[in-house]
Amino acid sequence: MNIIILVKLVPDLVEELAIDSSGIALDTTWMRMIINEFDDHAIEQGILLKERNGGVVTVVAPDLEGVDDVLFTAAAKGADKLIKIKGDFIGANNHALARAFSAIVKELQPDLVLTGVQANNDLDGSLGPLLAGCLEMPYVGYISGVSLGDGKSRTRKEYPGGLIAEMDVSLPAVLGIQAAEQPPRYVAVSKVRQMMKTSTIEEQAATGLDMAGGPSIGRMFQPETAQHATMITGSPEEVATKLVAIFKELGVL
Amino acid sequence: MNNDVYVVIEHLRGQVAEISYVMLAGARELVKGYGGSVAAVLLGQNARGLAENPSPTSGQYMAADKVLYMDHPALSEFTSDAYQKALAGLVSKDQPRAVIFGSTSIGTDLASTLSMKLNLPTVSSCSSFSADGKFTSQICGGKIMAQGDLPGPTALVTMVPGVYKAEQGQNSQAPVLTLVDIPPLDPLRVTLAGYIEPESGDIDIAKEKVLVSVGRGIQNQDNIVLAEELATALGGVVSGSRPVIDQGWLSTSRLVGKSGKHVKPKIYLALGISGAPEHTEAITDSDTIIAINTDPGAPIFNIAKYGTETDLFDLIEVLTSQVKAAKGG
Repeated sequence: MNIIILVKLVPDLVEELAIDSSGIALDTTWMRMIINEFDDHAIEQGILLKERNGGVVTVVAPDLEGVDDVLFTAAAKGADKLIKIKGDFIGANNHALARAFSAIVKELQPDLVLTGVQANNDLDGSLGPLLAGCLEMPYVGYISGVSLGDGKSRTRKEYPGGLIAEMDVSLPAVLGIQAAEQPPRYVAVSKVRQMMKTSTIEEQAATGLDMAGGPSIGRMFQPETAQHATMITGSPEEVATKLVAIFKELGVL
Repeated sequence: MNNDVYVVIEHLRGQVAEISYVMLAGARELVKGYGGSVAAVLLGQNARGLAENPSPTSGQYMAADKVLYMDHPALSEFTSDAYQKALAGLVSKDQPRAVIFGSTSIGTDLASTLSMKLNLPTVSSCSSFSADGKFTSQICGGKIMAQGDLPGPTALVTMVPGVYKAEQGQNSQAPVLTLVDIPPLDPLRVTLAGYIEPESGDIDIAKEKVLVSVGRGIQNQDNIVLAEELATALGGVVSGSRPVIDQGWLSTSRLVGKSGKHVKPKIYLALGISGAPEHTEAITDSDTIIAINTDPGAPIFNIAKYGTETDLFDLIEVLTSQVKAAKGG
């Protein structure tokens, strides 16, 4: 089983975000990039599948700040091959990323491609279905469980309200992972450091970044809120007292 | 090419999803400028009743100028492959100005694949449109908004709820239904094996009057008990956002959000929940939202009635004991 996992780096939303002077893009000067949390689940799911079915797990990521850490962490979790795509990915949209990935994925002839179902900076679709469109593979997203056998994958697709559809998908296929079957495993920093010494990251050049297919942004801004919560301030005791008064007013106490 | 806006109607097991009406409302805004009509695109088998009969919940019809209906056994339940092939045929033949999908488990399986397949542009997570053809999308967990002109010739758009109400996409007149030809769908690479019913769980959070809901800010499983004590004191129960459920700290029956339950309690107390759109779309029917979050920029404060930046760990035990005291007194 040849499994490829595609990883995207996204803005860390814990940090404050700013718009740059153009007014149409995020200011990347101080922006911290982290692994898309759904891609972390995709890595976990890929490694679980390898542990159950055998095979090779390859993790592919674009060359952005922090990518080496992301790749070595994946190796520490059990990924066998690491590939970094070289190119100017700052500001590249998902269409460009999907095309760059598709050239590399095609060569690797995977049975299964996994990626996070979405990412926090998706504005022109999401990576998984775009890639499936490029490669003419079937795609199913919102997946929280995968089993393999008989040239196909039985996947658990999530619908609202907790309903699950079990879908059979012919391989090769692209799956958009919502949640792995278990929380992404923790690896110690020492193990990641060890990987930095023992594993290698293969570099491949992106063949041009074609952004066609995404919208042009005319304006980017932080939401002006029509309403904002009435903020309660003070010591924890004072805040608690005010909240209790609100609970009483609302009739729950 | 035409100036119509198509809306891909979402339905599951014989029920039209609410997002379908939200999308029809969005489409109505766009055709004000484009001058075309709003077409509901309905895929199914023996499913014309979904358009020809009023909704059993609202008694209203889809507010569409026409319904384009595709009837085929392979379309009886949603599968991405059959839907995508059927829609590819329709969209490339008609070339409408825009096609709207839900930013949902169904819609996101379709819009991006079709974008690459048909070489048409796509825009994600639109919350509203303007009559001059502009979209507004929310990205970065609702912290950033992006605006622009809907790209042409045909924009494949996914839409999130929040701005338009379902009622705006409904009216009292049954729309006219036209049967549409379907291109060959075989071989099908995705098939439905069956449904697994939701875990029923011990309680139904959609029916609770008080929810103490925990997000990533609760930090670890051991802290869940703090939320439980507060919930019990308030006569409510604990629910959670996606990261908490994915960590296995709460059962899936307690999930509030897009894949979980839509809730409408009297009080929704959000502890350490940032308020990403996937979560907030499921809580807007709550009577009063109270948010506790140390991040002053957390989007949850934009929909909460009351909020505090006090650290939840400094506050929660004090609050629980004050609630207990208030009940005692």
